[in-house]
Amino acid sequence: MSIQYYIILCLTLFSIGVVGVLTRRNAIIVFMCIELMLNAVNLLLVAFSKMYHGAALQSAANTTAGIDAQIFVFFIMVVAAAEVSVGLAIIVMMYRNTHSVDINFLNRLKN
Amino acid sequence: MSTVDVLFYLLSAFAIVSATMVLISKNPIHSVLWLILVFFAISGHYILLNAQFLAIVNIIVYAGAIMVLFLFVIMLMNIKKDAEPQKQLLVKLTGVVAAGSLLTLLIAVVKQTTQIQDKQVLLKEGSIGLIHPLGQALFTDYVIPFEISSVLFLSAMVGAVIIGKK
Repeated sequence: MSIQYYIILCLTLFSIGVVGVLTRRNAIIVFMCIELMLNAVNLLLVAFSKMYHGAALQSAANTTAGIDAQIFVFFIMVVAAAEVSVGLAIIVMMYRNTHSVDINFLNRLKN
Repeated sequence: MSTVDVLFYLLSAFAIVSATMVLISKNPIHSVLWLILVFFAISGHYILLNAQFLAIVNIIVYAGAIMVLFLFVIMLMNIKKDAEPQKQLLVKLTGVVAAGSLLTLLIAVVKQTTQIQDKQVLLKEGSIGLIHPLGQALFTDYVIPFEISSVLFLSAMVGAVIIGKK
């Protein structure tokens, strides 16, 4: 499978996430679209790692080239999990204060 | 067209349709459920790339933990389906046009880049996605970032509790 198909798939998923961030007003859905963009990037990293690994296998049979990208994806997932817990706590706090998750109400930091 | 190609196109179509449904469903709970389907499709892609560890972690962490957290928050807030006021049509159109131009530009760049013109992705083969090589790399070369990430989780937990208590 050519790498270009993977790049185009991930770009499409990423752009769908961008559309969601730009057009929706519910803060939770905006947050979910950010998760979607993160996942598109993860998939692209894994595809690139397999591309690199396949090229390295031609010269050395027992290589682990390309494993760094998969470790990197693992750490992205770790950071995303931490980010979601804090972000949802902030959204819950804002909902408690304003009784709304509409981002147009949340456009100023004071009050 | 081999089985792998058919699986690739099926999973890609499934992921894109589900991601679009995340955008256009009015009810936030439906959006969460569609996003879970997107994550399952991406896990299928990982399995196709023989990245089995990441496929399982993606299902456990994203589809399992994070999405349940989202569902939990949405149900806690008791948001009504039609409570979300819609943005103006002009704003929506602008967002779609902006993201569509980004997509078109990037695809044009990818199509014209000669370095990746004939690069192939290794499907079904290669052992770097299995647990044994990944675990070995994680606990030898990357043991310090791994330990730092535990501190990150601790601080995130403390932060979430403090923000939630106020």
